Amino acid sequence: MTTLERSARADARTATRAAKATRPARTPRQPLSRSGKKEQRTGWAMLAPAVILLGLFILIPAVLAFVLAFTNARLISPYPATFVGLDNFARLFTDPTFFRALLNVAYFAVIVVPVQAGVALVLALLINKQVRGTTFFRTVYFLPVVTSMVVVSLLWLFMYRQDGLINVLIDRVTFGLVQGPDWLNDPSTSMPAIILMSVWQGVGFHMVIWLSGLQTIPADLYEAADLDGAAGWQRFRYITWPGLSATRSLILVTITIQALSLFTQISVMTQGGPLDSTTTVVYEAVQSGFVQQETGYASAISLVFFVLVLLISFVQRFLTREKN
Amino acid sequence: MALTQLPDAAASSPEQPAVVTVAGSGRRGTRSRRGGTTGGGRADGLSSRWSGRRRAGLGGWLLRLALAVVFAFPLLFMFVSSLKPDQQIFGDLSSVAAFLPIGNISFDNYAAVFDRVPAARFLINSIGISAITVLLGILVNSLAAFALSRMNMRGKSIILTLIIATLIVPFETLALPLVWWVNQLPSLTLDGFSLGFSKGWIDTYQVQIIPFIANAFSIYLFHQYFESIPKELDEAARMDGAGWFRIYRQVVMPLSGPAVATVAILTFLPAWNSYLWPLMVVQTEELRPVMVGVQYFFQLNVSWGEVMAYASLITLPVVALFIAFQRSFVNSIASSGVKG
Amino acid sequence: MRHAKKRLIVASVLAASLVASLAGCASAGTGTDGKNGELTLWTHNGGNTEELAAVQAVVDKYNASQDKTTVKVQAFPQSSYNDSVVAAAASGKLPCIVDIDGPNVPNWAWAKYLTPLDLSVDLDENLPSTLGKWNGDTYSVGYYDVALALFARTSVLEKAGIRVATIDEPWTKDEFDAALKALKADGTWDKPLDLGTADVGEWYPYAYSPLLQSFGGDLINRDDMQSADGALNGKKALEWAEWMQSLVTDGYVAPKSGADAALDLENNVSAIMLGGSWAAGKLSTALGDDLSVLPLPDLGEGVKIGGGSWQWGVTSGCADPEAAMDYLSFSLSPENIADVAKATATIPATDAAAALVPGFEEGGDLALFREFSKQFAELRPETPAYPFISSEFTKATQDILNGGDPQATLDKAVKAIDGNIKSNGGYTQK
Repeated sequence: MTTLERSARADARTATRAAKATRPARTPRQPLSRSGKKEQRTGWAMLAPAVILLGLFILIPAVLAFVLAFTNARLISPYPATFVGLDNFARLFTDPTFFRALLNVAYFAVIVVPVQAGVALVLALLINKQVRGTTFFRTVYFLPVVTSMVVVSLLWLFMYRQDGLINVLIDRVTFGLVQGPDWLNDPSTSMPAIILMSVWQGVGFHMVIWLSGLQTIPADLYEAADLDGAAGWQRFRYITWPGLSATRSLILVTITIQALSLFTQISVMTQGGPLDSTTTVVYEAVQSGFVQQETGYASAISLVFFVLVLLISFVQRFLTREKN
Repeated sequence: MALTQLPDAAASSPEQPAVVTVAGSGRRGTRSRRGGTTGGGRADGLSSRWSGRRRAGLGGWLLRLALAVVFAFPLLFMFVSSLKPDQQIFGDLSSVAAFLPIGNISFDNYAAVFDRVPAARFLINSIGISAITVLLGILVNSLAAFALSRMNMRGKSIILTLIIATLIVPFETLALPLVWWVNQLPSLTLDGFSLGFSKGWIDTYQVQIIPFIANAFSIYLFHQYFESIPKELDEAARMDGAGWFRIYRQVVMPLSGPAVATVAILTFLPAWNSYLWPLMVVQTEELRPVMVGVQYFFQLNVSWGEVMAYASLITLPVVALFIAFQRSFVNSIASSGVKG
Repeated sequence: MRHAKKRLIVASVLAASLVASLAGCASAGTGTDGKNGELTLWTHNGGNTEELAAVQAVVDKYNASQDKTTVKVQAFPQSSYNDSVVAAAASGKLPCIVDIDGPNVPNWAWAKYLTPLDLSVDLDENLPSTLGKWNGDTYSVGYYDVALALFARTSVLEKAGIRVATIDEPWTKDEFDAALKALKADGTWDKPLDLGTADVGEWYPYAYSPLLQSFGGDLINRDDMQSADGALNGKKALEWAEWMQSLVTDGYVAPKSGADAALDLENNVSAIMLGGSWAAGKLSTALGDDLSVLPLPDLGEGVKIGGGSWQWGVTSGCADPEAAMDYLSFSLSPENIADVAKATATIPATDAAAALVPGFEEGGDLALFREFSKQFAELRPETPAYPFISSEFTKATQDILNGGDPQATLDKAVKAIDGNIKSNGGYTQK
């Protein structure tokens, strides 16, 4: 089964291979029989709804965004949009806020990807053991995932106040020795605060993915390890970790794409501040497009973002490919 | 998941958890699934066999409990606050009292919520929108995946590549052109018995549903799953004279329970949490979903108790759903990872 | 398997028919609003039970008063109202009558969303801040205005030896600074002054740009509305920015206050709060006679507060503008204005209406707010560039409160605003 060796990453090459692998032995280049033609038609009929919908609601808007990026289109204006060439991009690349947004997103991703993946793995390891109340714990760890990010952001806004619950907790635990910062108002703590909350909210989801990986590691490997007297760290190091290799690359890609699109938390909690310390690329695009009514400029930001995500996906694929 | 709860991530949801094709795993997973008729093949029986013997001590249990507290306490705060008057919520903010249902406790805020927001209507809308999105999502995406996985078609590798490429487009960056675009689309109208067309999808249910049905991730997930179902089954069915649609309905789909469940969950969460999109395209109050209702509470004088009550109200159904289907939620996500 | 097949077919047929029927019933409302004697009115009052009920009552009265036109109310939540309107305008789905936040009127008029008002009532009676004008035409009219004031406990001020300011003798800048210093020294309040800095959005320009004007600066040079240079980044503006920043660095003000300023004052978390007339009712219930309502300080060029609240306009795409104008004229009767003002605890737009609202009579509890509005209200600049200016000003003020370099921050905002005006051809009507 070629699928067993296949990396689960959602990239084009893998998919291509998948499709090729499933091709039957007879070559499809030879003229189609009547039943073959019918199969073609049926296949297209089955494929059509999805392809049409994706084309209508992703491809066409994406092309529109691409075109708008080269115009001075505005959300509210009595005048039609005109072609302005690369003006929007010229402005974008001289805007310090945009570079700050790139930096922030990189900061967020660099921390969140390993931390969220790591904590999720620890949780999965804890949950994977049959302990009284496993069902309960699994549910509770997953609770933040089923709660809307808008609601979660509002709740944490309260908890991050200078006199909020987080700081009360810090005060109690350290017997008043450490005074917590004003989390969201200090440029040095605002992004860490957002990161903490995001990990809290999202970690349950990746816990479940790790869990799926853990549950597929054959039990006899552990039995053999037991016979050899291996325990704890060694079991993890030599059985669990290698057994999770495909899960690892999947988690890397999913968390990265999510991290790069950081928006909702920022919009509810900090609006990019203080002093641009939490602004992100998607937030800047939404801000320019809606609040400041500069549709063309916002589209240019989107376009750059799109290209960046593509680039990063390629780099990640390249890196994981090398390891394999 | 943190970022994929972005409102309206559905169309471009970058969630792609379940396609884990873990090396060395398919062997057992596939075998046990082949044995079953219900498309089982969950590995949890397997894992509990080996892990069941490894019991955590009291320390381990306390650690789990501590973590549970960490994950539950903001939500506890939400629920407890929904029972308190505003002044007390703010008075309790700096102490443990924020988590305790003490003081002036009542359900007044809940009563007030229904005065302020047509909450029942919003809930019904969201349930309907989410349910239809999920149903059609399963149908459309599984059909596409079926064709790409099991049928002999020219150019299907290119199609799959293109479909998967749509995963990296975040919805927010498409929202604006999409608003304009959906308003150019014709919609079929039923006026008595005569069919007609009118222009524009703004302010409808369909504009909240149809753009989010086709989902590259769901297709990919189904595709991966279908690949693991032996092709001999198709051939046997074809010998019996079954057509492709019948193979889809009677052979493949009945074996794909866990993949269906996973896609259902992944489609449901963003549909339920949809927020930015309905704000932009829905004008009639009767058509709005629950998340838009959150905005109703931010008036000149905000009633925080009511905000908390509404937040609890719209979160509880999802939590209850999760608890009720707890096993299949987790197992379906987990087990689809087993499929190779 | 038979069952599975059946279920799937039933499910898909059900789903398909549902979508078809949904499409059918939802598109019934398309087409230009105002045809067939039906007008739609959009309001920002979704979730604001009292005001929505008051607006609905006016509409019901109108519908009962004649049988030519039926007006239908559609409510939106305020915080996203503008997004909804813009999306509707972009797709040609605006209703006949819309609610507009005053400062946005020139932008919408410039974009030709609105048509100039042609009413049978005399608008000269209205408070100037309840009219939306641009290019010499009146595009919108409101039932009410709101006013900003400082709220405090009289007992607290007296204990700290602070004079209770009056409308004729507001605090000077030095007095205000000294008062804050005394309150901070008392030690009861970590941040004695609550400016509501957590409330982003239109609050920033509404509440803080009048402070800038009181220093002598402004959002833009109002003579031709073509540049903010000198107004927003000149000497006076810099003084304002440095003063705002000092409020934070001296520990008087939190750069991001609590979520609810009125509740924090009620719980004695703050000593003085900058707030709107809408908070007066709640605070007066909570604090009783101890509540002091004070004018804002005079920071050099006289006391200034923001003017202009929600107003009504008629859209240019309306199929029956006469009917829409007729409704608006009807709705502006003193009785209707008074009813809305009563329900919302706002300042009635006309003297005739004010006479009908308890509290606004000479010496009444609320008369003070009407005086504030009359004497101090300053409109935000009436230019189509306003939404952009507003967002730049909000960001700049936030940055200044958070320790950004005042001059550099203001210069950056000016550059952005001037760039925006230039790229829109000066926002002049062709």
